[in-house]
Amino acid sequence: MNLALTILVEGLGYASYLFIVSLGLTIIFGVLKILNVAHGAFYAWGAYFCAFLIGEFSAMGVSDLGTMIAIPIAALVVGIVLGSAIERTIIRNLYGRDEVLIVLATFGLFLVLEDVILLLFGVDPYFAFQPTYAMPGVQIGGIYQDGYKLSMIALSLVVGIISWVVLNRTHWGKLVAAIIFDSDLAVAMGINVRRVFYVVFVAGAVLGALGGAYIAPTISVAPGFGVEVIVLSFAVVVIGGMGSIAGAAIGALMVGMLRAYAVLQWPEIELFVVYAVMAAVLIFRPEGLFAPAKARKI
Amino acid sequence: MKSMKYATAIGAGLAAALAMAAPAGAQDTVSMGVVSFLSGPAAGPFGVPARNGAEMVIDAINSGSLPAPYNTKGFAGATIEADFLDEAGGNTKQVAEYRNLVQKRGVDVVVGYISSGSCAALAPVIDELETLTILAICGTPRVFEEAPRKYSFRTMAHATADNVAAALYIRDMFPEIKSYTGVNQNYAWGQDAWRDFNLTMNKVMPNAKASDKLQFPKIFAGQYGSEISALALDDAELVHSSFWDGDLEGFIFQASPRGLFKNKKVLFTVGGTAAYRLGKRMPEGLIIGARGPYGILVRDRDTELNKWFIQTYFDRYGTYPSGPAYQFGQAILATKIAYDKAGAAAGGFPTQAQVIDAYTGLEFESFSTTVKMSLGGGHQATTENPLGITYWDADAAEVAVKDVKFYPAECVMPPDGETSVEWIEKGMSGAKC
Repeated sequence: MNLALTILVEGLGYASYLFIVSLGLTIIFGVLKILNVAHGAFYAWGAYFCAFLIGEFSAMGVSDLGTMIAIPIAALVVGIVLGSAIERTIIRNLYGRDEVLIVLATFGLFLVLEDVILLLFGVDPYFAFQPTYAMPGVQIGGIYQDGYKLSMIALSLVVGIISWVVLNRTHWGKLVAAIIFDSDLAVAMGINVRRVFYVVFVAGAVLGALGGAYIAPTISVAPGFGVEVIVLSFAVVVIGGMGSIAGAAIGALMVGMLRAYAVLQWPEIELFVVYAVMAAVLIFRPEGLFAPAKARKI
Repeated sequence: MKSMKYATAIGAGLAAALAMAAPAGAQDTVSMGVVSFLSGPAAGPFGVPARNGAEMVIDAINSGSLPAPYNTKGFAGATIEADFLDEAGGNTKQVAEYRNLVQKRGVDVVVGYISSGSCAALAPVIDELETLTILAICGTPRVFEEAPRKYSFRTMAHATADNVAAALYIRDMFPEIKSYTGVNQNYAWGQDAWRDFNLTMNKVMPNAKASDKLQFPKIFAGQYGSEISALALDDAELVHSSFWDGDLEGFIFQASPRGLFKNKKVLFTVGGTAAYRLGKRMPEGLIIGARGPYGILVRDRDTELNKWFIQTYFDRYGTYPSGPAYQFGQAILATKIAYDKAGAAAGGFPTQAQVIDAYTGLEFESFSTTVKMSLGGGHQATTENPLGITYWDADAAEVAVKDVKFYPAECVMPPDGETSVEWIEKGMSGAKC
């Protein structure tokens, strides 16, 4: 029982940050048809800026718990400023282009943004441990789990619900659905597709940065750590299906749970299990488990 | 006209012969490539202190301001011209960079390398390119155990010493331990570290049992929530870890709020690198090593060389030197000693072959310990190896270590000609503890 509870909590904890990052990646692809390799850079920038702000707030005398205000600030600033700049200068020139070109361009962008991090923040890792130490631990399944991880699970639930509501219950959601269904027809119906693209890209960037900002207090924020998350996020969206919110959630849960099970019960397969599942999905259901249905044009 | 041609040919031949025989030509500079992690997760805890230690010692050598007996200028009188390069980017890149350093830039000597992966990949290339190369930190014992090396030297002990000393420390300080487990990175360094620790524990504490749920996360994984849970659920009383770089610090940050360090004894064989950086957040009661007698473990060692190293480093960089600073500084110092010794014997600036002869089997007093190049045919150093336990020194307002025990080199490293695994499996025969 203790083991099952621990696998559940660890799996949910790992899945939660992956879901937030993957959600940004998948909605950008779903709407813009841009496979954004630079998404890992939003994650890294969010983490760096958050760690920097937490350090500054702490030095100004803000309480350890109070420094958590840095998380939404970092996510919004990085997502809006960096996301806007990139969409306006680079991404909008890639709409409708060949997929290989898009991947190469965003990969190049990712490398540039990683190097700018080195330039601005230096090579020394940033520590922003204050929020994790401020949240009391809780005993679950016979061991202590940190309160911060539980808060991350709650945050991912909130993010998932808000995303679902926005996309399914608002005017904006209807515009997005129309563009996903047929962007040419949406233009003909008078929808400002470029504007929707911009908003969706920035929203995706905010989600990527939020994932990084929330994870920052639990790790040593060091150069190059955006690579790992982009690989895992691709695994998540490949498993779940590109462009699907439900797919991102299920993909993240599968990756999180499988990894937790492997680490706790069969550590030898931990490095292999996520990619084995991804390969299996690609073989038997290449479009992913929850890929949105596509309209057939006649 | 014909006689002129003969005279020219004879003159050229004589000049070539003299140049080849050449011990004692003058040389103003020695070009050196210094390679450490300058970016990536290993830069802050390892690469940058290593670079700083090397830079500080190079400057002191060039100005002749090292403490006696090393207060002569340069390498055999020649000024060192150092280029600092980044070790990040993987083994393939390092091999390409090394070839570039040697073949295109023509450096005289290369000093550096922190990752065992880098050293394992470079060892055969160094032999191929025949350039003096000093491996400053990398730990895997395989480099000098798998083949004889002519052009490479390692000026600090290899990882077997860390893990044999760690097992002996557990035996001496915590004989009540009945079970242990490990969390180590999944590559040569982590695998070798666990193997040596476990083999030694089997010999020195045969009643203690190893867990069957060992954790080997990949290097730079960053998040260890599941691994920490697995360790917490494991009945093992002791956790062994050779984590280094940002992984070590990230693991400490994630495990501290979950009480792992209160519920288990945790042994970090490279924990010394985190001590000054984490300050008050460094948990108390950790058993730490520093890959030899360096950093926080020799903070109180009262020799002129050690006092100079600590004070000069602190004045220059605003922090106390950790292990990597000492280890790179030691590599530079060893190279100076070899050049000076070879130069004195040759009566002028030495050839590479003469420097290699002088380096082989060298014994010298370094900043914090005595170094003997006594393994790998005189190419692999041995040193003593200490461990201690962390606590917060409230008076000094800094992390300190207590219960420090030093294990002699002959106690924790195999004799020359025997591999680490063979030696440990035979019960560490001949060990002088």
